[in-house]
Amino acid sequence: MLYSLCFLLFMIGLYCVLVKKNMIKIVVGILLMEYAVNLFLVMLGWRKVADGAVAPIAAGGDLLDKAGTVSQLFVSRAVDPLPQALVLTSIVIGLGSLALMVAICIRTYEKYGTFDITRIRRLKG
Amino acid sequence: MKGMTIIVKTVSSWIKVLVFLFGIYIILFGHLTPGGGFSGGVILAGSYVLLLLAFGREYAEENLPLPIASKLDCIAAFLFIALALLGFIYGAGFFFYNFLQQELMADCNAAGKLVSAGAIPLYNIFIGLKVAASLFLVVLVLSAFRSESDPTEGQE
Amino acid sequence: MSLNIPLPLFIALPLAVAFLLPLFGTKTRGFASFIAVLTTAALLVFSIFSFGRFEVYCVGRWTIPLGINLVLDGISALMLLTISIVSFAAILFSNRYMEQYTAKSKYLSLFLLMVTGMNGVVLSGDIFNLFVFLEIASIASYALVGFGCQHEELEAAFKYMVLGSVASMFVLFAVGVVYGNTGSLNMAVISKHVAENGLNTGLAFALALFIAGFGLKAALVPFHAWLPDAHPSAPAPISAMLSGVLIKALGIYSLSRIIFNVLGVSVPISWVLITLGLLSMVIGALLAIGQWDFKRLLAYSSISQIGYVMFGIGLAALILSKKGNPVWASLAMLGGLFHLMNHAVFKSLLFLTSGSIEMSTGTRQLKELGGLAEKLPITRSACTIASASIAGIPPFNGFWSKLILVIAAVQAGFYTLAAVTVFVSIVTLIMFLKVQRYVFLGELPENLKSVVEHRGLMAFAMIFLAVLCVLMGALVIYEPFRVVVLDNAVNALLDGLAYAGKVLNAQILNGQ
Repeated sequence: MLYSLCFLLFMIGLYCVLVKKNMIKIVVGILLMEYAVNLFLVMLGWRKVADGAVAPIAAGGDLLDKAGTVSQLFVSRAVDPLPQALVLTSIVIGLGSLALMVAICIRTYEKYGTFDITRIRRLKG
Repeated sequence: MKGMTIIVKTVSSWIKVLVFLFGIYIILFGHLTPGGGFSGGVILAGSYVLLLLAFGREYAEENLPLPIASKLDCIAAFLFIALALLGFIYGAGFFFYNFLQQELMADCNAAGKLVSAGAIPLYNIFIGLKVAASLFLVVLVLSAFRSESDPTEGQE
Repeated sequence: MSLNIPLPLFIALPLAVAFLLPLFGTKTRGFASFIAVLTTAALLVFSIFSFGRFEVYCVGRWTIPLGINLVLDGISALMLLTISIVSFAAILFSNRYMEQYTAKSKYLSLFLLMVTGMNGVVLSGDIFNLFVFLEIASIASYALVGFGCQHEELEAAFKYMVLGSVASMFVLFAVGVVYGNTGSLNMAVISKHVAENGLNTGLAFALALFIAGFGLKAALVPFHAWLPDAHPSAPAPISAMLSGVLIKALGIYSLSRIIFNVLGVSVPISWVLITLGLLSMVIGALLAIGQWDFKRLLAYSSISQIGYVMFGIGLAALILSKKGNPVWASLAMLGGLFHLMNHAVFKSLLFLTSGSIEMSTGTRQLKELGGLAEKLPITRSACTIASASIAGIPPFNGFWSKLILVIAAVQAGFYTLAAVTVFVSIVTLIMFLKVQRYVFLGELPENLKSVVEHRGLMAFAMIFLAVLCVLMGALVIYEPFRVVVLDNAVNALLDGLAYAGKVLNAQILNGQ
């Protein structure tokens, strides 16, 4: 059911994109959608283990056995690392598109003198 | 921007070194602990952004001029691809093949050592440089949006 | 014909050159554009040699359930060729055209990044990588639409960027749902899972998200609002790339790959596709006919022509899922894919001619133009050929694909749909007669008496595409060409979920 909360957050972001008139608020709405998806991806890696799951990092300690390879205990308790890699990638992509979006907003403000999209309407038809 | 008060300037001139070193640590230990090229690169860029906030834009630009940052950005990305292509040459036709791990450094790939994991630390270093340079460029360009710089920075 | 190009080169070559180009200063700018032209020419040669191959490439020698893989099959090869043809022509054209703008090396770098992204989307064998390359191509295209930094460009870029980002988020959400339901991101493994267990609620939800996301990227009708603003505002070669290949590689290709090969076709989904196609076809054409801005008219007509492609693919899906005659299914698919290829060629040619007209006269309002037939002879003939193609006049390529689509619809018993297709074709003809009438015929306005045509590479790019428009009919008429280029692509999609078996077996055969 937590997943549907993620979807709710996603929808709040979508609502923000569709309804708000301010360019910056639209950008915030897109970011909300992005974070909802990231949260969803991280939650996909969740797993229930009796003594508690561990982060998927084999940094030493009892998680490595004598031969220096990953122990069975670690494998049985670590959470799924793949969604975390996905989230990292999507954060990087989000950073790139955020920078571009903010740059476009600033440039538009320079040209039009406003962030209100109802007043930025030169293209019609 | 003129910069902030003397207190902020003094403290940030001490902290900037620590932040920079921490960024390097995150990049170098990327294959062992959480972190890696991207996170470390962000921290490296963060140390320059700290300078930018505390001392003003001109000071930060003197430390890392814009042309150098953008060249560093391109060169690091190019080296990353070149390394992947090296994997192609050494790895029997496999792009991104970790050739150092399997052939050249077979003795030192015990998990948990700093010098292990073959070519992955090199990839991390290039990514770190690329991210640091491009993120610094983004912040610099956005902080100076009245000058004639194009808004196409920050795509990667 | 045994030039075995390793698949990652399609992605690595433009990417490496894209990062190399900004290093050149203003003095060596000519050299930078020379390298860019050389890169696209090399990609064109590579993509010609990629026909007839089926290959699975494991990046970094990690085999399928673990690593990332690239898959080259018929439809990938077809898309690669289309992308390479259009990008080659566009970059030749922009060599002279982009002198009007500053920062040409940044332009070339973004252009090559966009090519990288599209090649990656077409070759990628797992859905998350597809998303990553989709984002590379889209972010580069957002920046390119806003490249001029004027009022209209920025407004269009913002609109495009907001809708594009929403589409990407839909796709990413769908990728997450698919991973949660099948435990894998690899297309072949997911496809195998679906073939064994069927489509559960989660996957159906993901499919709906995919249709919304890729539909937004492809500008099918309920999702088309951004296209008529974004495509005309970009520089002409970029409009050619966006309308010519970007919406197809990012929208149509990805959607049909996911539906046919990964999640499987079903009757309701096919009806959704057909409805989207028909709506785009009719509404796009009807909106286009009232436009007075040349590039805006072309953009609306792109929506209409994309509708044809989607209609062909949807019809094939419907026949396939109803277990109808496979010959009709492959005929419909052939029509759709051939029209995709044709549309890439003639629509990018039309956008290039609009760029040439705009560069010579400084305007693209149809009412301000006229009588340019003698002033711009090469542009005029190229535009006439492309208009004849898009309207479906017999010897040109557009005729063959529309004919195949109509035959397929009639054979399968959908007479109404066939009639709609023919009707839209007539509307398209009227639309382009209007273009001919207002741009090239009629009175030459006083202020346009002294216009000159820009020759050289710009003219060469247009002639190259115009010759292709004439010759591409051979792809269906001449049997060996059809088998290699089109039939492979058709079969790759119509194989459906057998895709999984093919990819997994090819990997074992390679012995890695």
